[in-house]
Amino acid sequence: MNWLTGRFMLPPQGSAFADQVDTTFLGIYWLSVVLFWGITLTTLYFAWRYQYKAGRVTPHQTHNTTLEILWSVIPLLICVGLFFWGLNGYMKYAVAPGDAMEISVTGKQWLWEFTYPDGSKTINDMHVPVNKPVRLVMTSEDVLHDFFVPDMRVKMDVIPGRYTQVWFTPTVLGAHTFTCAEYCGKDHSGMKGIMTVEKQEDFDKFLATGGTEWETYRDSGDWAGWGKLQYERKGCNSCHSVDGTSSKGPTWKGLFGKTETLGTGTTLVVDDAYLQESMLQPNAKVVKGFEPIMPTFQGLLRNHEIKGLVAYIQSLK
Amino acid sequence: MEPVLTSGQHVGDHPRPEKNYLNENTRVWDWMTTVDHKRIGLMYLVGSLFFFLIGGMLALMLRLVLMTPQHTMFGIAVDAEMYNRMFTLHGAIMVFLFIIPAIPGSLTNFVLPLMLGAKDVAFPKLNLASFYVYVAGAIMAVSSIVIGAVDTGWTFYTPYSSSSSQTAVASMTMAAFILGFSSILTGLNFIATVHKLRAPGMGWFDMPLFIWGMYSTAVIQILATPVLAITLVLLAIEKTFHIGIFDPKYGGDPVLFQHFFWFYSHPAVYIMILPGMAIISELIPTFSKKTIFGYRAIAYSSVSLALVSFIVWGHHMFVAGQSQLANVVFSALTFLVAIPSGVKVFNWLTTMYKGNIVLKTPMWFAIAFLILFAIGGLTGIFLGTLSTNIHLTDTYFVVAHFHYVMMGSTVTAFLGGLYYWWPKMTGRMFSEKGGKISCALWFIGFNATFIPQFIMGSQGMPRRYYNYLDQFQPFHAFSTVGSWILGLSLFTVAGVLLASLRKPADAPDDPWGGTTLEWKTSSPPITHNFHDQPVLEREPYDYRPAGMAGKGH
Repeated sequence: MNWLTGRFMLPPQGSAFADQVDTTFLGIYWLSVVLFWGITLTTLYFAWRYQYKAGRVTPHQTHNTTLEILWSVIPLLICVGLFFWGLNGYMKYAVAPGDAMEISVTGKQWLWEFTYPDGSKTINDMHVPVNKPVRLVMTSEDVLHDFFVPDMRVKMDVIPGRYTQVWFTPTVLGAHTFTCAEYCGKDHSGMKGIMTVEKQEDFDKFLATGGTEWETYRDSGDWAGWGKLQYERKGCNSCHSVDGTSSKGPTWKGLFGKTETLGTGTTLVVDDAYLQESMLQPNAKVVKGFEPIMPTFQGLLRNHEIKGLVAYIQSLK
Repeated sequence: MEPVLTSGQHVGDHPRPEKNYLNENTRVWDWMTTVDHKRIGLMYLVGSLFFFLIGGMLALMLRLVLMTPQHTMFGIAVDAEMYNRMFTLHGAIMVFLFIIPAIPGSLTNFVLPLMLGAKDVAFPKLNLASFYVYVAGAIMAVSSIVIGAVDTGWTFYTPYSSSSSQTAVASMTMAAFILGFSSILTGLNFIATVHKLRAPGMGWFDMPLFIWGMYSTAVIQILATPVLAITLVLLAIEKTFHIGIFDPKYGGDPVLFQHFFWFYSHPAVYIMILPGMAIISELIPTFSKKTIFGYRAIAYSSVSLALVSFIVWGHHMFVAGQSQLANVVFSALTFLVAIPSGVKVFNWLTTMYKGNIVLKTPMWFAIAFLILFAIGGLTGIFLGTLSTNIHLTDTYFVVAHFHYVMMGSTVTAFLGGLYYWWPKMTGRMFSEKGGKISCALWFIGFNATFIPQFIMGSQGMPRRYYNYLDQFQPFHAFSTVGSWILGLSLFTVAGVLLASLRKPADAPDDPWGGTTLEWKTSSPPITHNFHDQPVLEREPYDYRPAGMAGKGH
């Protein structure tokens, strides 16, 4: 059926706004289908019907005022209608309801950072409660980015030096991808993440502990697995490899217990304390050969998340 | 299906002259210092086709990299930095070195004075100067590729271009700056030529519609291009002296850059599409053997598209942070574009009605244009409408849309025009069969490449993406295969046209039964264009029997 209705063109709907956008989209789609086949079939029919025949004299039709007014005015009326249809949807996108929950979003090359009303933060991993309006107040630390959630049908540029906003009401539980839609350099296409739409009680639990998965890991005692999840979620993987290859930061493979030389020339053995310090004050002791470019994760990592990351690094022999 | 004049027939009392513009003064130096608009047109043709080849190769490489998630090209891994450079160069080369100069520089330079019954353009030396400015800009662009390429996208958005990118942004923007002057000089020359050098008896409404289209294009070229030049200079000043204009780090505003950029680059879209429409307005009446329907409506629609093009730039910025009221106003204005575009299509179709349609290669391209332009135009409605634009902007939907307009329409018309005037330019007929095969491959390859991109885009695939979600892989693969057909079709065009040069001159003066003045001289024309001063006795596209023909639409 999707192929018949034109729905195949669109991603799943995740918000009430999505349905409104889709109705307009499909309206224009069908108008276009009719006009396209009208123009195409007329062209091909004329080309076949009036094919060259020796001796045929063509009529000298220079113009027809009635016809020309008609095919200017009718499209104009259609366009006026479409404009208002689009405007109607846009007004909903433009004005957020006053009771919307506010989440601040910071874009930087190449990750997304989210700050929730209680001050807790996540990276590339966004959680929102279902059926509650959410308003994102966004800014960038470096170049232009654009926060795009296809399932919600919303998109807005994220600009350094000013705040922009976008809002939506998620209605469908589960994972929805968000991406960066304004070109921002090398890892532009890697600047994406998952928005988890969850029930209010799960969202509350997420804010308190950093996620519902935590309980599973806590109960099974799998600290390294918990750490691996943080490695992916908090964006560690954009600079640290776990397979020995060197990137912007040292690889985590075989890191624990290793003797590292610092930029200052002193040496130290990598242990729990050093790892924790490196997450919270990353530029205090930078390993030789690396730039002091890592941002601090103070406030971004809860204690049990740090513990998990240390266990994960320890497990990478 | 016979042409009106058959091989060997020549205009008036003049058999094929011994000397023509090609075989007179053939030293390299003569070519380099020529002020003959026909030779300059040919040199532009070679230059812009060379860059079409380079830009096209880059496109094929991009498609190959995107075909699989492994990002390899013939087994060579391509990383994100390389990919970003490739798409930037593809865009910049295609826009600044191919599409903008191609039709005005090559075909128009060649036929505009002929159509007006003039000996040359108004300022022949300026015409040569504009070619050399183009060459200088091209050298600058190529050298910036060599010294580190550019990875900003052809749009050079700040602050990425001004402070983050480590590539040769300064020299590439300088190249675009220089190329802009070439465009301005060409536009200026055409305007003066149209005003001052029309043949005796040729009033404004006796001009071929091609001239109306190119005149409108020239107006945009001289009014809009200086804005790009100023913008790029401001960018250079900011980059060099750290004076805050566009970069918030120094107190500038990045959205201001986008306003400036699109204030030029939206009209530039019409610098690209109006010449395409201008060519189609010649092809359809000539091959339908029927006068153009709604001459004045088509002429006025060209002018009104040129005017409207200056007040819709904000539709590139609906999510860029401009005010919401501005979004609403720009959306409303954008819909105005649909009216003159629609008028043109309806007039072309009505011209075919009750015609006597000769389905030669250029007409095949004209028909392909009508279909592809319909898609390009209709998908523009999705983007002009505010609520759907929010979802679709910055995705592959936009990529597919502008390729349908820039490539599916303008380049299709360019190829049709190239085939149409090829006998006039070279004196040789090409293989009809080859020409039609190239058109069929072009049409199939084009749709196969870009229809999947519409679907990917509306499903949420952002543009300028090196990595993509697995769900889009089949679409990318399909699109890549389409690009091979597209590549093949262009090599077929090249083969067909070059093969025609191997035989002696055989083209009649008016192989298609055209009514405009360029067909009233030899193929190829003599250096001074016409044997006698042509005088216009009948309007263009007048296919009434000889005794009944006359002037006045």
